[in-house]
Amino acid sequence: MTDVATRPAASVATAKTDASRLWVAARTAFPFLVVFSLWEIVAQLGLFPPRLFPSLLDVARAFAQLTLNGILPRHALDTVLRLTGGFLLAAGVGVAIGIVMGRSRRVEDTGLPLVSVLAPIPGIAWAPLFLLWFGLGNRPAMLLVAFVSAFPIIFNTWTGVKAVKEIWVRSAQAMGADDRRLFSKVILPGALPYILTGLRLGLAQAWRTLVGVEMLASVPWGLGWMIFGAREFLNTDVMLAGVVVIGAIGLALEKLVFQRLERYTVQRWGMMT
Amino acid sequence: MSLAATPPARAGAGALTPRVRSALRASLTLLAFALLYETIAATGYFPPVLMPSLVRIGATLWSMLLDGSMLAHAAGTLYRVMLGMGLAIGVGLPLGILMGRRKPVEHFFMPLASAFMPIPSLAWVPVFILWFGLGNTAAVLIVFYAALFPMLLNAWAGVRAVNPLWLRAAGAMGADETALFWKVIIPGASPFIITGVRQAFLRAWIAVIGAEFLAASDWGLGWVIFDAKEFLNADIMIASLVVIGAIGFAFERLVFGTLERVTVQRWGMVRDVKG
Repeated sequence: MTDVATRPAASVATAKTDASRLWVAARTAFPFLVVFSLWEIVAQLGLFPPRLFPSLLDVARAFAQLTLNGILPRHALDTVLRLTGGFLLAAGVGVAIGIVMGRSRRVEDTGLPLVSVLAPIPGIAWAPLFLLWFGLGNRPAMLLVAFVSAFPIIFNTWTGVKAVKEIWVRSAQAMGADDRRLFSKVILPGALPYILTGLRLGLAQAWRTLVGVEMLASVPWGLGWMIFGAREFLNTDVMLAGVVVIGAIGLALEKLVFQRLERYTVQRWGMMT
Repeated sequence: MSLAATPPARAGAGALTPRVRSALRASLTLLAFALLYETIAATGYFPPVLMPSLVRIGATLWSMLLDGSMLAHAAGTLYRVMLGMGLAIGVGLPLGILMGRRKPVEHFFMPLASAFMPIPSLAWVPVFILWFGLGNTAAVLIVFYAALFPMLLNAWAGVRAVNPLWLRAAGAMGADETALFWKVIIPGASPFIITGVRQAFLRAWIAVIGAEFLAASDWGLGWVIFDAKEFLNADIMIASLVVIGAIGFAFERLVFGTLERVTVQRWGMVRDVKG
Protein backbone atom coordinates (compact mmCIF):
# COMPACT_ATOMS: atom_id res chain seq x y z
CA MET A 1 0.00 0.00 0.00
CA THR A 2 2.82 2.39 0.82
CA ASP A 3 4.20 1.77 -2.58
CA VAL A 4 0.97 2.81 -4.15
CA ALA A 5 0.71 5.82 -1.91
CA THR A 6 4.16 7.14 -2.63
CA ARG A 7 4.14 6.62 -6.37
CA PRO A 8 0.54 6.74 -7.41
CA ALA A 9 1.18 8.06 -10.89
CA ALA A 10 3.48 5.25 -11.91
CA SER A 11 1.29 2.41 -10.70
CA VAL A 12 -1.79 3.94 -12.22
CA ALA A 13 0.08 4.16 -15.47
CA THR A 14 1.11 0.49 -15.36
CA ALA A 15 -2.40 -0.55 -14.37
CA LYS A 16 -3.72 1.40 -17.29
CA THR A 17 -1.29 -0.16 -19.80
CA ASP A 18 -2.10 -3.60 -18.41
CA ALA A 19 -5.79 -2.96 -18.86
CA SER A 20 -5.35 -1.55 -22.34
CA ARG A 21 -3.12 -4.45 -23.33
CA LEU A 22 -5.78 -6.84 -22.14
CA TRP A 23 -8.35 -4.90 -24.10
CA VAL A 24 -6.23 -5.05 -27.25
CA ALA A 25 -5.85 -8.81 -26.82
CA ALA A 26 -9.59 -9.23 -26.35
CA ARG A 27 -10.27 -7.00 -29.33
CA THR A 28 -7.92 -9.04 -31.48
CA ALA A 29 -9.38 -12.35 -30.35
CA PHE A 30 -13.00 -11.28 -30.84
CA PRO A 31 -13.20 -11.47 -34.67
CA PHE A 32 -11.65 -14.95 -34.63
CA LEU A 33 -14.19 -16.02 -32.04
CA VAL A 34 -16.99 -14.79 -34.28
CA VAL A 35 -15.61 -16.51 -37.38
CA PHE A 36 -14.89 -19.75 -35.54
CA SER A 37 -18.34 -19.88 -33.96
CA LEU A 38 -19.99 -19.19 -37.32
CA TRP A 39 -17.94 -22.00 -38.85
CA GLU A 40 -18.86 -24.33 -36.00
CA ILE A 41 -22.55 -23.50 -36.24
CA VAL A 42 -22.58 -24.18 -39.98
CA ALA A 43 -20.64 -27.40 -39.46
CA GLN A 44 -22.93 -28.60 -36.70
CA LEU A 45 -26.08 -27.78 -38.65
CA GLY A 46 -24.96 -30.26 -41.27
CA LEU A 47 -25.75 -28.00 -44.23
CA PHE A 48 -22.72 -29.47 -45.98
CA PRO A 49 -21.44 -33.02 -45.70
CA PRO A 50 -19.08 -33.19 -42.69
CA ARG A 51 -16.36 -34.69 -44.88
CA LEU A 52 -16.26 -31.45 -46.85
CA PHE A 53 -17.00 -29.04 -44.01
CA PRO A 54 -15.49 -30.59 -40.87
CA SER A 55 -15.98 -29.11 -37.43
CA LEU A 56 -13.02 -27.23 -36.00
CA LEU A 57 -12.59 -30.00 -33.44
CA ASP A 58 -11.94 -32.44 -36.26
CA VAL A 59 -9.41 -30.08 -37.78
CA ALA A 60 -7.69 -29.68 -34.41
CA ARG A 61 -7.73 -33.45 -33.92
CA ALA A 62 -6.24 -34.04 -37.37
CA PHE A 63 -3.61 -31.41 -36.64
CA ALA A 64 -2.67 -32.96 -33.29
CA GLN A 65 -2.61 -36.48 -34.68
CA LEU A 66 -0.49 -35.55 -37.70
CA THR A 67 1.87 -33.57 -35.49
CA LEU A 68 2.26 -36.35 -32.95
CA ASN A 69 2.98 -39.09 -35.46
CA GLY A 70 5.51 -36.82 -37.13
CA ILE A 71 3.90 -36.63 -40.57
CA LEU A 72 3.05 -32.94 -40.50
CA PRO A 73 6.46 -31.84 -39.12
CA ARG A 74 8.19 -33.87 -41.81
CA HIS A 75 6.09 -32.29 -44.57
CA ALA A 76 6.74 -28.86 -43.12
CA LEU A 77 10.45 -29.49 -42.73
CA ASP A 78 10.81 -30.62 -46.31
CA THR A 79 8.91 -27.60 -47.58
CA VAL A 80 11.04 -25.22 -45.53
CA LEU A 81 14.26 -26.93 -46.65
CA ARG A 82 13.18 -26.71 -50.28
CA LEU A 83 12.32 -23.05 -49.82
CA THR A 84 15.64 -22.35 -48.12
CA GLY A 85 17.65 -24.16 -50.78
CA GLY A 86 15.95 -22.45 -53.67
CA PHE A 87 15.96 -19.07 -52.01
CA LEU A 88 19.63 -19.19 -51.01
CA LEU A 89 20.54 -20.11 -54.56
CA ALA A 90 18.48 -17.18 -55.85
CA ALA A 91 19.88 -14.79 -53.23
CA GLY A 92 23.49 -15.65 -54.05
CA VAL A 93 23.10 -15.51 -57.80
CA GLY A 94 20.61 -12.63 -57.81
CA VAL A 95 22.57 -10.28 -55.56
CA ALA A 96 25.78 -10.98 -57.50
CA ILE A 97 24.11 -10.33 -60.86
CA GLY A 98 22.35 -7.24 -59.52
CA ILE A 99 25.56 -5.73 -58.16
CA VAL A 100 27.52 -6.37 -61.34
CA MET A 101 24.64 -4.92 -63.36
CA GLY A 102 24.59 -1.86 -61.17
CA ARG A 103 28.33 -1.24 -61.44
CA SER A 104 29.03 -2.05 -65.06
CA ARG A 105 27.19 -0.35 -67.86
CA ARG A 106 28.04 -3.11 -70.30
CA VAL A 107 26.62 -5.87 -68.11
CA GLU A 108 23.56 -3.73 -67.43
CA ASP A 109 22.85 -3.33 -71.13
CA THR A 110 23.28 -7.06 -71.59
CA GLY A 111 21.37 -8.31 -68.57
CA LEU A 112 18.50 -5.87 -68.28
CA PRO A 113 16.72 -6.84 -71.54
CA LEU A 114 16.79 -10.50 -70.57
CA VAL A 115 15.47 -9.78 -67.09
CA SER A 116 12.77 -7.42 -68.38
CA VAL A 117 11.58 -9.94 -70.96
CA LEU A 118 11.39 -12.82 -68.50
CA ALA A 119 10.10 -11.00 -65.41
CA PRO A 120 6.46 -10.37 -66.47
CA ILE A 121 5.82 -14.11 -66.89
CA PRO A 122 4.39 -15.49 -63.64
CA GLY A 123 6.82 -18.02 -62.18
CA ILE A 124 4.23 -20.72 -61.71
CA ALA A 125 3.57 -20.69 -65.47
CA TRP A 126 7.04 -22.18 -65.99
CA ALA A 127 6.24 -25.13 -63.74
CA PRO A 128 5.09 -27.62 -66.41
CA LEU A 129 8.06 -26.71 -68.59
CA PHE A 130 10.46 -27.19 -65.69
CA LEU A 131 8.84 -30.55 -65.01
CA LEU A 132 9.48 -31.59 -68.61
CA TRP A 133 13.05 -30.36 -68.52
CA PHE A 134 14.15 -31.52 -65.09
CA GLY A 135 11.83 -34.42 -64.31
CA LEU A 136 9.46 -34.79 -61.39
CA GLY A 137 10.37 -34.28 -57.75
CA ASN A 138 12.69 -32.07 -55.84
CA ARG A 139 14.97 -30.63 -58.52
CA PRO A 140 12.42 -28.75 -60.66
CA ALA A 141 10.67 -27.45 -57.54
CA MET A 142 13.85 -25.99 -56.09
CA LEU A 143 15.05 -24.61 -59.42
CA LEU A 144 11.70 -22.98 -60.07
CA VAL A 145 11.68 -21.40 -56.60
CA ALA A 146 15.17 -20.05 -57.27
CA PHE A 147 14.17 -18.82 -60.73
CA VAL A 148 11.06 -17.06 -59.45
CA SER A 149 12.69 -15.30 -56.53
CA ALA A 150 15.76 -14.25 -58.50
CA PHE A 151 13.91 -11.53 -60.44
CA PRO A 152 12.89 -9.21 -57.61
CA ILE A 153 16.31 -9.74 -56.04
CA ILE A 154 18.17 -8.79 -59.24
CA PHE A 155 15.94 -5.80 -59.91
CA ASN A 156 16.16 -4.36 -56.43
CA THR A 157 19.87 -4.99 -55.99
CA TRP A 158 20.50 -3.28 -59.30
CA THR A 159 18.35 -0.31 -58.30
CA GLY A 160 20.07 -0.14 -54.92
CA VAL A 161 23.56 -0.05 -56.40
CA LYS A 162 22.44 2.62 -58.85
CA ALA A 163 20.91 4.60 -55.99
CA VAL A 164 24.18 4.84 -54.04
CA LYS A 165 25.01 8.53 -54.11
CA GLU A 166 27.78 9.30 -56.55
CA ILE A 167 29.23 11.76 -54.03
CA TRP A 168 29.74 8.98 -51.46
CA VAL A 169 31.66 6.94 -54.01
CA ARG A 170 33.76 9.89 -55.05
CA SER A 171 34.51 11.05 -51.53
CA ALA A 172 35.52 7.51 -50.54
CA GLN A 173 37.80 7.37 -53.54
CA ALA A 174 39.21 10.81 -52.72
CA MET A 175 39.99 9.52 -49.24
CA GLY A 176 41.96 6.70 -50.82
CA ALA A 177 39.59 3.73 -50.58
CA ASP A 178 40.56 0.89 -52.89
CA ASP A 179 37.99 -1.08 -54.85
CA ARG A 180 37.43 -3.70 -52.20
CA ARG A 181 36.93 -1.18 -49.42
CA LEU A 182 34.75 0.95 -51.67
CA PHE A 183 32.56 -2.08 -52.25
CA SER A 184 32.30 -3.32 -48.68
CA LYS A 185 32.15 0.06 -46.93
CA VAL A 186 30.18 2.23 -49.32
CA ILE A 187 28.32 0.39 -52.04
CA LEU A 188 27.09 -2.61 -50.09
CA PRO A 189 25.78 -0.65 -47.07
CA GLY A 190 24.34 1.98 -49.38
CA ALA A 191 22.47 -0.57 -51.47
CA LEU A 192 21.45 -2.74 -48.54
CA PRO A 193 17.96 -1.34 -47.91
CA TYR A 194 17.09 -2.10 -51.53
CA ILE A 195 18.76 -5.51 -51.41
CA LEU A 196 16.78 -6.44 -48.31
CA THR A 197 13.57 -5.30 -49.98
CA GLY A 198 14.47 -7.48 -52.93
CA LEU A 199 15.19 -10.48 -50.72
CA ARG A 200 11.93 -9.96 -48.91
CA LEU A 201 9.89 -9.75 -52.12
CA GLY A 202 11.81 -12.70 -53.52
CA LEU A 203 11.12 -14.83 -50.48
CA ALA A 204 7.43 -13.92 -50.52
CA GLN A 205 7.17 -14.88 -54.20
CA ALA A 206 9.18 -18.04 -53.63
CA TRP A 207 6.82 -19.06 -50.86
CA ARG A 208 3.68 -18.46 -52.87
CA THR A 209 5.12 -20.32 -55.84
CA LEU A 210 6.49 -23.24 -53.85
CA VAL A 211 3.09 -24.17 -52.45
CA GLY A 212 1.72 -24.37 -55.98
CA VAL A 213 4.72 -26.18 -57.41
CA GLU A 214 4.61 -28.86 -54.74
CA MET A 215 1.10 -29.72 -55.88
CA LEU A 216 2.30 -30.15 -59.47
CA ALA A 217 5.72 -31.76 -59.06
CA SER A 218 4.60 -34.74 -56.95
CA VAL A 219 7.44 -34.32 -54.48
CA PRO A 220 7.47 -37.14 -51.90
CA TRP A 221 7.11 -34.80 -48.91
CA GLY A 222 5.88 -31.23 -48.67
CA LEU A 223 2.92 -29.27 -47.37
CA GLY A 224 1.59 -28.41 -50.82
CA TRP A 225 1.64 -32.06 -51.78
CA MET A 226 0.07 -33.05 -48.47
CA ILE A 227 -2.99 -30.85 -48.93
CA PHE A 228 -3.29 -31.70 -52.62
CA GLY A 229 -3.01 -35.40 -51.89
CA ALA A 230 -5.58 -35.17 -49.09
CA ARG A 231 -8.09 -34.01 -51.68
CA GLU A 232 -8.12 -37.50 -53.20
CA PHE A 233 -9.37 -38.96 -49.94
CA LEU A 234 -11.73 -36.07 -49.12
CA ASN A 235 -9.72 -35.37 -45.97
CA THR A 236 -10.78 -31.77 -45.62
CA ASP A 237 -9.65 -31.71 -41.98
CA VAL A 238 -6.09 -32.63 -43.03
CA MET A 239 -6.20 -29.99 -45.76
CA LEU A 240 -7.30 -27.25 -43.41
CA ALA A 241 -4.67 -28.24 -40.86
CA GLY A 242 -2.10 -27.98 -43.66
CA VAL A 243 -3.39 -24.57 -44.71
CA VAL A 244 -3.02 -23.35 -41.11
CA VAL A 245 0.59 -24.53 -41.01
CA ILE A 246 1.30 -22.88 -44.37
CA GLY A 247 -0.11 -19.61 -43.05
CA ALA A 248 1.94 -19.88 -39.87
CA ILE A 249 5.16 -20.46 -41.81
CA GLY A 250 4.38 -17.52 -44.11
CA LEU A 251 3.80 -15.27 -41.11
CA ALA A 252 6.97 -16.48 -39.41
CA LEU A 253 9.06 -15.82 -42.52
CA GLU A 254 7.85 -12.26 -42.65
CA LYS A 255 7.90 -11.39 -38.96
CA LEU A 256 10.81 -13.35 -37.58
CA VAL A 257 13.27 -13.52 -40.44
CA PHE A 258 13.07 -10.22 -42.20
CA GLN A 259 11.97 -7.74 -39.59
CA ARG A 260 14.77 -8.99 -37.36
CA LEU A 261 17.33 -8.88 -40.14
CA GLU A 262 16.30 -5.35 -40.94
CA ARG A 263 16.59 -4.29 -37.34
CA TYR A 264 20.11 -5.67 -37.06
CA THR A 265 21.44 -4.21 -40.27
CA VAL A 266 19.99 -1.18 -41.94
CA GLN A 267 18.24 0.32 -38.96
CA ARG A 268 21.33 0.00 -36.86
CA TRP A 269 23.48 1.63 -39.49
CA GLY A 270 20.97 4.42 -39.76
CA MET A 271 20.13 3.72 -43.39
CA MET A 272 16.43 3.60 -42.67
CA THR A 273 14.29 4.92 -39.87
CA MET B 1 6.42 -2.95 -54.02
CA SER B 2 6.40 -3.00 -57.78
CA LEU B 3 8.90 -5.40 -59.22
CA ALA B 4 10.33 -2.97 -61.73
CA ALA B 5 11.92 -0.25 -59.68
CA THR B 6 12.37 2.98 -61.55
CA PRO B 7 16.02 3.48 -62.43
CA PRO B 8 17.49 6.72 -61.20
CA ALA B 9 17.55 9.49 -63.77
CA ARG B 10 20.65 9.65 -65.89
CA ALA B 11 22.61 12.66 -67.00
CA GLY B 12 20.35 14.87 -69.08
CA ALA B 13 22.78 16.46 -71.51
CA GLY B 14 23.80 14.30 -74.45
CA ALA B 15 21.78 11.35 -73.15
CA LEU B 16 20.73 10.29 -76.61
CA THR B 17 23.93 8.62 -77.68
CA PRO B 18 24.24 6.35 -74.62
CA ARG B 19 20.57 5.53 -74.94
CA VAL B 20 20.98 4.50 -78.56
CA ARG B 21 23.98 2.44 -77.58
CA SER B 22 21.98 0.78 -74.78
CA ALA B 23 19.14 -0.06 -77.15
CA LEU B 24 21.61 -1.47 -79.63
CA ARG B 25 23.26 -3.58 -76.96
CA ALA B 26 19.86 -4.74 -75.71
CA SER B 27 18.76 -5.96 -79.11
CA LEU B 28 22.16 -7.54 -79.69
CA THR B 29 21.84 -9.39 -76.38
CA LEU B 30 18.41 -10.71 -77.17
CA LEU B 31 19.58 -11.72 -80.63
CA ALA B 32 22.65 -13.46 -79.22
CA PHE B 33 20.51 -15.24 -76.65
CA ALA B 34 18.08 -16.39 -79.34
CA LEU B 35 20.99 -17.63 -81.48
CA LEU B 36 22.45 -19.51 -78.52
CA TYR B 37 19.12 -21.17 -77.84
CA GLU B 38 18.70 -21.99 -81.51
CA THR B 39 22.16 -23.54 -81.70
CA ILE B 40 21.56 -25.72 -78.65
CA ALA B 41 18.18 -26.76 -80.03
CA ALA B 42 19.74 -27.51 -83.44
CA THR B 43 22.48 -29.74 -82.00
CA GLY B 44 19.76 -32.12 -80.86
CA TYR B 45 21.47 -32.62 -77.51
CA PHE B 46 18.03 -32.29 -75.95
CA PRO B 47 15.11 -34.04 -77.64
CA PRO B 48 13.38 -31.55 -79.94
CA VAL B 49 9.99 -32.19 -78.32
CA LEU B 50 11.42 -30.80 -75.09
CA MET B 51 13.40 -28.00 -76.64
CA PRO B 52 11.75 -26.94 -79.89
CA SER B 53 13.45 -24.47 -82.19
CA LEU B 54 12.34 -20.85 -82.10
CA VAL B 55 11.03 -21.12 -85.63
CA ARG B 56 8.78 -23.95 -84.56
CA ILE B 57 7.54 -21.98 -81.53
CA GLY B 58 6.89 -18.95 -83.73
CA ALA B 59 4.99 -21.05 -86.25
CA THR B 60 2.90 -22.66 -83.49
CA LEU B 61 2.12 -19.28 -81.95
CA TRP B 62 1.19 -17.86 -85.34
CA SER B 63 -1.11 -20.73 -86.26
CA MET B 64 -2.78 -20.68 -82.83
CA LEU B 65 -3.31 -16.95 -83.18
CA LEU B 66 -4.72 -17.38 -86.70
CA ASP B 67 -7.21 -20.12 -85.88
CA GLY B 68 -8.36 -18.08 -82.91
CA SER B 69 -7.77 -20.76 -80.29
CA MET B 70 -5.06 -18.75 -78.53
CA LEU B 71 -7.29 -15.69 -78.43
CA ALA B 72 -10.15 -17.73 -77.04
CA HIS B 73 -7.98 -19.15 -74.26
CA ALA B 74 -6.52 -15.73 -73.47
CA ALA B 75 -10.03 -14.29 -73.34
CA GLY B 76 -11.06 -17.07 -70.97
CA THR B 77 -8.15 -16.40 -68.65
CA LEU B 78 -8.77 -12.66 -68.75
CA TYR B 79 -12.44 -13.25 -68.01
CA ARG B 80 -11.52 -15.18 -64.86
CA VAL B 81 -9.03 -12.53 -63.79
CA MET B 82 -11.46 -9.71 -64.38
CA LEU B 83 -14.30 -11.45 -62.57
CA GLY B 84 -12.12 -12.31 -59.58
CA MET B 85 -10.53 -8.85 -59.52
CA GLY B 86 -13.92 -7.20 -59.86
CA LEU B 87 -15.17 -9.14 -56.84
CA ALA B 88 -11.98 -8.32 -54.93
CA ILE B 89 -12.26 -4.61 -55.71
CA GLY B 90 -15.97 -4.63 -54.95
CA VAL B 91 -15.34 -6.13 -51.52
CA GLY B 92 -11.85 -4.86 -50.71
CA LEU B 93 -12.22 -1.22 -51.66
CA PRO B 94 -15.32 -0.29 -49.63
CA LEU B 95 -14.21 -2.45 -46.72
CA GLY B 96 -10.71 -0.94 -46.76
CA ILE B 97 -12.09 2.60 -46.84
CA LEU B 98 -14.50 1.78 -44.05
CA MET B 99 -11.64 0.30 -42.02
CA GLY B 100 -9.67 3.48 -42.50
CA ARG B 101 -12.56 5.68 -41.40
CA ARG B 102 -14.17 3.67 -38.60
CA LYS B 103 -12.09 2.28 -35.74
CA PRO B 104 -14.46 -0.55 -34.72
CA VAL B 105 -14.48 -1.90 -38.29
CA GLU B 106 -10.70 -1.77 -38.36
CA HIS B 107 -10.48 -3.56 -35.02
CA PHE B 108 -12.73 -6.31 -36.32
CA PHE B 109 -11.29 -6.95 -39.77
CA MET B 110 -7.61 -6.14 -39.31
CA PRO B 111 -6.76 -9.23 -37.20
CA LEU B 112 -8.61 -11.43 -39.69
CA ALA B 113 -6.80 -9.89 -42.63
CA SER B 114 -3.40 -10.31 -40.98
CA ALA B 115 -4.17 -13.95 -40.23
CA PHE B 116 -5.36 -14.85 -43.72
CA MET B 117 -2.94 -12.74 -45.74
CA PRO B 118 0.14 -14.95 -45.20
CA ILE B 119 -1.68 -17.97 -46.64
CA PRO B 120 -0.80 -18.17 -50.35
CA SER B 121 -3.88 -18.26 -52.54
CA LEU B 122 -2.75 -21.49 -54.21
CA ALA B 123 -2.88 -23.28 -50.85
CA TRP B 124 -6.67 -22.94 -51.05
CA VAL B 125 -6.86 -24.64 -54.44
CA PRO B 126 -7.45 -28.19 -53.13
CA VAL B 127 -9.98 -26.96 -50.57
CA PHE B 128 -11.87 -24.90 -53.14
CA ILE B 129 -11.84 -27.81 -55.60
CA LEU B 130 -13.55 -29.98 -53.01
CA TRP B 131 -16.08 -27.30 -52.14
CA PHE B 132 -16.90 -25.92 -55.57
CA GLY B 133 -15.78 -28.66 -57.93
CA LEU B 134 -13.29 -28.41 -60.76
CA GLY B 135 -13.80 -25.49 -63.06
CA ASN B 136 -14.64 -21.87 -63.19
CA THR B 137 -15.98 -21.15 -59.71
CA ALA B 138 -12.90 -22.44 -57.92
CA ALA B 139 -10.54 -20.54 -60.26
CA VAL B 140 -12.42 -17.25 -59.91
CA LEU B 141 -12.50 -17.59 -56.12
CA ILE B 142 -8.75 -18.26 -56.01
CA VAL B 143 -8.21 -15.07 -58.02
CA PHE B 144 -10.54 -13.25 -55.67
CA TYR B 145 -8.60 -14.44 -52.63
CA ALA B 146 -5.27 -13.46 -54.20
CA ALA B 147 -6.43 -9.99 -55.20
CA LEU B 148 -8.45 -9.17 -52.09
CA PHE B 149 -5.66 -8.45 -49.61
CA PRO B 150 -3.53 -6.02 -51.66
CA MET B 151 -6.73 -4.10 -52.46
CA LEU B 152 -7.99 -4.09 -48.88
CA LEU B 153 -4.73 -3.09 -47.23
CA ASN B 154 -3.88 -0.39 -49.74
CA ALA B 155 -7.33 1.19 -49.49
CA TRP B 156 -7.02 1.14 -45.71
CA ALA B 157 -3.52 2.60 -45.75
CA GLY B 158 -4.54 5.22 -48.31
CA VAL B 159 -7.46 6.50 -46.27
CA ARG B 160 -5.30 6.67 -43.18
CA ALA B 161 -2.58 8.49 -45.09
CA VAL B 162 -4.90 11.37 -46.02
CA ASN B 163 -3.45 14.46 -44.37
CA PRO B 164 -5.67 15.32 -41.37
CA LEU B 165 -5.04 18.97 -42.11
CA TRP B 166 -6.94 18.62 -45.39
CA LEU B 167 -9.87 17.03 -43.55
CA ARG B 168 -9.99 19.84 -41.06
CA ALA B 169 -9.58 22.48 -43.72
CA ALA B 170 -12.41 21.00 -45.76
CA GLY B 171 -14.53 20.73 -42.62
CA ALA B 172 -13.83 24.34 -41.71
CA MET B 173 -14.86 25.41 -45.19
CA GLY B 174 -18.19 23.72 -44.60
CA ALA B 175 -17.82 20.48 -46.56
CA ASP B 176 -20.44 17.93 -45.56
CA GLU B 177 -19.75 14.24 -45.16
CA THR B 178 -20.43 13.40 -48.83
CA ALA B 179 -18.27 16.21 -50.20
CA LEU B 180 -15.52 15.35 -47.73
CA PHE B 181 -15.58 11.77 -48.94
CA TRP B 182 -15.62 12.42 -52.68
CA LYS B 183 -13.49 15.57 -52.81
CA VAL B 184 -10.89 14.90 -50.15
CA ILE B 185 -10.66 11.30 -48.98
CA ILE B 186 -10.98 9.50 -52.32
CA PRO B 187 -8.53 11.73 -54.24
CA GLY B 188 -6.19 11.72 -51.25
CA ALA B 189 -6.21 7.95 -51.03
CA SER B 190 -6.09 7.42 -54.80
CA PRO B 191 -2.33 6.79 -55.17
CA PHE B 192 -2.63 3.95 -52.67
CA ILE B 193 -5.82 2.66 -54.25
CA ILE B 194 -4.22 2.54 -57.70
CA THR B 195 -1.17 0.81 -56.24
CA GLY B 196 -3.60 -1.63 -54.65
CA VAL B 197 -5.32 -2.40 -57.96
CA ARG B 198 -1.94 -2.83 -59.61
CA GLN B 199 -0.66 -5.22 -56.95
CA ALA B 200 -3.98 -7.03 -56.98
CA PHE B 201 -3.60 -7.60 -60.71
CA LEU B 202 -0.05 -8.93 -60.32
CA ARG B 203 -1.19 -11.39 -57.66
CA ALA B 204 -4.31 -12.30 -59.60
CA TRP B 205 -2.35 -12.94 -62.76
CA ILE B 206 -0.08 -15.41 -60.95
CA ALA B 207 -2.98 -17.01 -59.12
CA VAL B 208 -5.11 -17.55 -62.20
CA ILE B 209 -2.34 -19.49 -63.96
CA GLY B 210 -1.83 -21.72 -60.92
CA ALA B 211 -5.56 -22.16 -60.46
CA GLU B 212 -5.97 -23.12 -64.11
CA PHE B 213 -3.22 -25.73 -63.79
CA LEU B 214 -4.81 -27.41 -60.82
CA ALA B 215 -8.51 -26.66 -60.97
CA ALA B 216 -8.52 -26.92 -64.74
CA SER B 217 -11.71 -26.94 -66.65
CA ASP B 218 -11.13 -27.00 -70.38
CA TRP B 219 -10.06 -23.52 -71.38
CA GLY B 220 -7.63 -20.83 -70.29
CA LEU B 221 -3.93 -20.21 -70.91
CA GLY B 222 -2.86 -22.12 -67.82
CA TRP B 223 -4.92 -25.09 -68.89
CA VAL B 224 -3.34 -24.98 -72.38
CA ILE B 225 0.14 -25.22 -70.86
CA PHE B 226 -0.83 -28.00 -68.52
CA ASP B 227 -2.64 -29.91 -71.22
CA ALA B 228 0.27 -29.53 -73.67
CA LYS B 229 2.59 -31.08 -71.08
CA GLU B 230 0.69 -34.35 -71.31
CA PHE B 231 1.43 -34.56 -75.02
CA LEU B 232 5.00 -33.20 -74.75
CA ASN B 233 4.06 -30.21 -76.88
CA ALA B 234 6.77 -27.90 -75.60
CA ASP B 235 6.21 -25.52 -78.52
CA ILE B 236 2.61 -24.89 -77.44
CA MET B 237 3.75 -24.45 -73.86
CA ILE B 238 6.36 -21.85 -74.71
CA ALA B 239 3.99 -20.08 -77.12
CA SER B 240 1.43 -19.80 -74.30
CA LEU B 241 4.15 -18.54 -71.95
CA VAL B 242 4.92 -15.78 -74.44
CA VAL B 243 1.26 -14.79 -74.57
CA ILE B 244 0.99 -14.85 -70.77
CA GLY B 245 4.06 -12.65 -70.44
CA ALA B 246 2.83 -10.27 -73.13
CA ILE B 247 -0.57 -9.82 -71.50
CA GLY B 248 1.00 -9.26 -68.08
CA PHE B 249 3.44 -6.76 -69.53
CA ALA B 250 0.71 -4.96 -71.45
CA PHE B 251 -1.45 -4.59 -68.38
CA GLU B 252 1.39 -3.39 -66.20
CA ARG B 253 2.71 -0.84 -68.69
CA LEU B 254 -0.26 0.22 -70.79
CA VAL B 255 -3.29 -0.11 -68.57
CA PHE B 256 -1.89 0.84 -65.18
CA GLY B 257 0.67 3.29 -66.55
CA THR B 258 -2.10 5.13 -68.41
CA LEU B 259 -4.44 4.93 -65.47
CA GLU B 260 -1.84 6.50 -63.24
CA ARG B 261 -1.08 9.23 -65.74
CA VAL B 262 -4.68 10.32 -66.19
CA THR B 263 -5.53 10.24 -62.50
CA VAL B 264 -2.99 10.71 -59.76
CA GLN B 265 -0.23 12.32 -61.78
CA ARG B 266 -2.70 14.75 -63.28
CA TRP B 267 -4.12 15.60 -59.88
CA GLY B 268 -0.58 16.19 -58.68
CA MET B 269 -0.81 13.45 -56.06
CA VAL B 270 2.55 11.91 -56.98
CA ARG B 271 5.53 13.66 -58.35
CA ASP B 272 6.81 12.71 -61.75
CA VAL B 273 9.92 10.61 -61.22
CA LYS B 274 11.61 11.73 -64.38
CA GLY B 275 12.31 15.22 -62.97
